[in-house]
Amino acid sequence: MSDAAAMQHGLPGEYEAPLFGAYSKKIGMWLFLASDSLTFGALLFAFSYNRIYTNPWPTPFHVASITNATIMTACLLSSSLTMVMGVFAAQRHDRAWTRYWLLATMIFGTAFIVLHGMEWSKLIGEGLTIPGFPKPAGAGAGELADVSKAVPQFPATFFGLTAMHMLHVTIGVIYLGVVAFRKWFLPLLGVLWLAGYLLIPSDNVFHYGIHALLIGLIVSAIILFLKPKDYDAHDVEVSGLYWHFVDLVWMFIFPLVYLMSTKIV
Amino acid sequence: MATMEEYSGHDSKAQYFWVWGALLVLTAIEVVLGYKQIFEPVRMLEVLLILSIIKSALIVGYFMHLKFEKALMRWMLVISVMACFIIMYFFFFPDADRIIRLGVK
Repeated sequence: MSDAAAMQHGLPGEYEAPLFGAYSKKIGMWLFLASDSLTFGALLFAFSYNRIYTNPWPTPFHVASITNATIMTACLLSSSLTMVMGVFAAQRHDRAWTRYWLLATMIFGTAFIVLHGMEWSKLIGEGLTIPGFPKPAGAGAGELADVSKAVPQFPATFFGLTAMHMLHVTIGVIYLGVVAFRKWFLPLLGVLWLAGYLLIPSDNVFHYGIHALLIGLIVSAIILFLKPKDYDAHDVEVSGLYWHFVDLVWMFIFPLVYLMSTKIV
Repeated sequence: MATMEEYSGHDSKAQYFWVWGALLVLTAIEVVLGYKQIFEPVRMLEVLLILSIIKSALIVGYFMHLKFEKALMRWMLVISVMACFIIMYFFFFPDADRIIRLGVK
């Protein structure tokens, strides 16, 4: 299409120089990330607004929660480093090491999701709940049940913000899986979804949350069906941009949500 | 294609390890500050946010490679996103401050 247009104007091979001197996929990802940063910005501003006008704001995070969140932060930071190494490997056309580094990044990302999921389940079990979502039987009598009643903004903003981030990390792991392993990643995704759905008890919110993997599986399958291709160094770099952005957002969520609500005893 | 060779030229892997180390150290400082409660809450928020901005600058600059992109791309992205955040700030914070001063519980 663009070839024909260029020929019609009598300028064969003359294309407009790419904006910013970068290739279009990268510009596209940057534009998406700019808009996504505004999505998270709006959520963080809304969280901070609630935080400021609600007095007293609950401070439920014990040492165990902060330690867990710190390990999660270290996982994300380390995953960014392995991602950079993956981009380096892709640039020197070393397919095996590209895959290894991307796999390491995915493992760190998965560790983040699992740790975060355990943290969520623990908080929900202690009574930090929002109406309409599944919760275990004893949650109503937990030590955080009063917090949920007195300051419903706390669980609503906490779960809203961290769920949005967790979804981004999940999408990131699937994205990297598709870039690294292409169609061979899909069966693994399917197995993970089914195992998660069958093994996670139905009073746990992740019994339903695991369906994000099924949606990811369907979307990835459609993309791979429409455009089956071997992903090159540019694709690895663009997926890396997304991954680092997910890391970046957590650098704001961690201090604002966790460190500003530590329980000092 | 040229851009790819161009920036792999001035990249050394060591600098990414340094950035990673700096990010871990800054995170540790944040956690210590959260526990020691040296500052009153508003001051602590300011300090944590400054540290977070430094961390995000390291991530965007080095890991996301923006430091090595064209100046036009760098400034256009940073200025447009920051402008939106500043507008959001003026929308939200005068009201949050007003509510706390009114003593609405």
